[in-house]
Amino acid sequence: MKKTLTISAFLLGLVFLTSPASAEGKLNIYNWFDYLPQELIDKFSAEHDVEVTMDTYDSNESLLAKLKSGVTGYDVAVPGDYMVQILIEEGMLEQVNASEFENFGNMDPDWVDVYFDPGRLYSVPYQWGTTGFMVDTEVYGGEIDTLEIIFNPPAELQGKINMLKDVNDVLNAGLRYLGLDRCNENPEDLKKLNDLLTNAKQHWLSFNSDGAKEVLVSGDAAAGQIWNGFGMRARAEKASLKYAYPKEGFTGWMDNIVALKGGPNLENAKKFMNFMLDPENAAMLTNFARYTAGVSGTEPFLDDDLKTAHETNLPASAPTPDFVPPCNDKVVKLYDRIWTNLLK
Amino acid sequence: MDSTGIAQRRTELDRIRARRILKARAWLLSPALLLIFCFLILPLCIIVVYSFLTPGTYGGVVWDFSLESYIQFLFERDFFDDTLAFSPAYLQIYFRSFVQALVTTIVCFLIGFPTAYYIATLPERKKYMWVLLITVPYWINLLIRTIAMLFLIRNEGPLNYALISIGAIDEPIKIAYTNFGVGLGLIYTYLPFMVLPLYAAIERFDFRLVEASYDLYANQWTILRKIILPLVGPGIVAGCLLVFIPSLGSFIAPDLLGGGKKLMIGNLIALQFQGSRNWPFGSAAAVILMTMVLCALMVYIRQQSKSRIPLH
Repeated sequence: MKKTLTISAFLLGLVFLTSPASAEGKLNIYNWFDYLPQELIDKFSAEHDVEVTMDTYDSNESLLAKLKSGVTGYDVAVPGDYMVQILIEEGMLEQVNASEFENFGNMDPDWVDVYFDPGRLYSVPYQWGTTGFMVDTEVYGGEIDTLEIIFNPPAELQGKINMLKDVNDVLNAGLRYLGLDRCNENPEDLKKLNDLLTNAKQHWLSFNSDGAKEVLVSGDAAAGQIWNGFGMRARAEKASLKYAYPKEGFTGWMDNIVALKGGPNLENAKKFMNFMLDPENAAMLTNFARYTAGVSGTEPFLDDDLKTAHETNLPASAPTPDFVPPCNDKVVKLYDRIWTNLLK
Repeated sequence: MDSTGIAQRRTELDRIRARRILKARAWLLSPALLLIFCFLILPLCIIVVYSFLTPGTYGGVVWDFSLESYIQFLFERDFFDDTLAFSPAYLQIYFRSFVQALVTTIVCFLIGFPTAYYIATLPERKKYMWVLLITVPYWINLLIRTIAMLFLIRNEGPLNYALISIGAIDEPIKIAYTNFGVGLGLIYTYLPFMVLPLYAAIERFDFRLVEASYDLYANQWTILRKIILPLVGPGIVAGCLLVFIPSLGSFIAPDLLGGGKKLMIGNLIALQFQGSRNWPFGSAAAVILMTMVLCALMVYIRQQSKSRIPLH
């Protein structure tokens, strides 16, 4: 009897001893690739005693496709602006009322009443930036602030251009080059766009999003579509790369943290959203991803080079970034047809 | 009890035993059958059904019957008036994939046969070491192997660097992001699938038969045709199928080594479920591929059973 008691006590002690080691809860993040530094994950884990896991995707469309295919178990995701609206309309997001968060006051007022989520009922800012392209100035020394580089490239760049594997980034660039409207459903315009893209494809090396930096740094490509922060990281590895602000226009975007409906750890999701609104944390993220935070008060924590970097400081001559809202069903289907036609 | 009674009882007992064995076999088979039913037959049915539905805007399907996916495979709709025009674009993708898979199979065979022959004729202990070595690349994830291949063959990679520095070439040879690069990746990936069945077949081959044929004045060509090929044949067929079929549906190598610019069947299907959000068309493309492979296999099996020469 006594022996049993001792053993029970011992086992009980073991349970108590081991419990602090296992985390309070979990948080499963579904995020863009290469977009969240480990130190920030560690910091969140430590502060809230939460075990974090993360999977990645390489486009808003991949995220939607995965979620649509019935993948579950993720608590938060980081969709771009228009995708937030689509996910809300599809009823795939949990309403979190960000204005009730402790750190809501830190949100940059410009980013509170956004078109895709007025008043921030579903989302909080993660990073915002632009989608342009970079050119290796050692390979081509001419004027780069024009979409001619992509669609009618000079001889030095032909066959050395990487495009993002993203239907909207590629098609919108084409529409701007042709001077046509975004979310275009005019068949004549789309035929022009289709011809432009299929013709320009001969000059393109590859379609690659998660390798967009690597392909430029390695020199396989001498020009390539890229997001500005990712581009800044490319320049850190190869100084001759220069980010272009095409005069025909370029996409502006904001990625946002959202809580996915049916996620197993909603409370931790909210904690994470609140955590990322803290200026110091937002700055840590910005120092890694190299875009711009949608949070005020990050300046004291930011790396110095970010303040003057060409990629995040629009020159006065550059057009205003073009935030493209989601297009209607008809346009989405037509775009998908052009995209499939281009890739095949 | 007379003797016929005993005989009857015996046959009865035999029958019971036979039934019991059959039952036991059915039980032994049932887990495999259940797995095949749940994870092969059922999903296949879903694919076939989906291929006759209408795509939802953001993926998924709408439950309206439609033949559009199969029409889309052969025809292109005009942007203006939706008129149909024959378009060989998807057929070209299938043709490209078949050629790519065929070339991969042939090259794998040309490299794999001598290798397998060499290993099979080694002494016992060395044999196992070589077989182990053949499987070593499989200890590493396919994605990592393919990316490593990309690093090796790209313009600024070690291969081109080495060739330039020894003066063999002036300009880097463009291998990455070409069909050749894709082929290289496929061959590298599937070579062991060729070597191992070939090795198994050759190892079982009795080389005394060759000696005997020489004694009976057969020449080398006759020996190859009448002795070696019929006996090693099943291994060759197994190897070729194991290389050809996965190459046909491969999707990582074309995506990474081909730069995602020239689709193969696997990429075409994957694209329909990701970027293009057209599940019915992706399903139709998969059904068409499966039908093609099945038909080819059936024709092959029929011919085999016709032309088989009884060995005994």
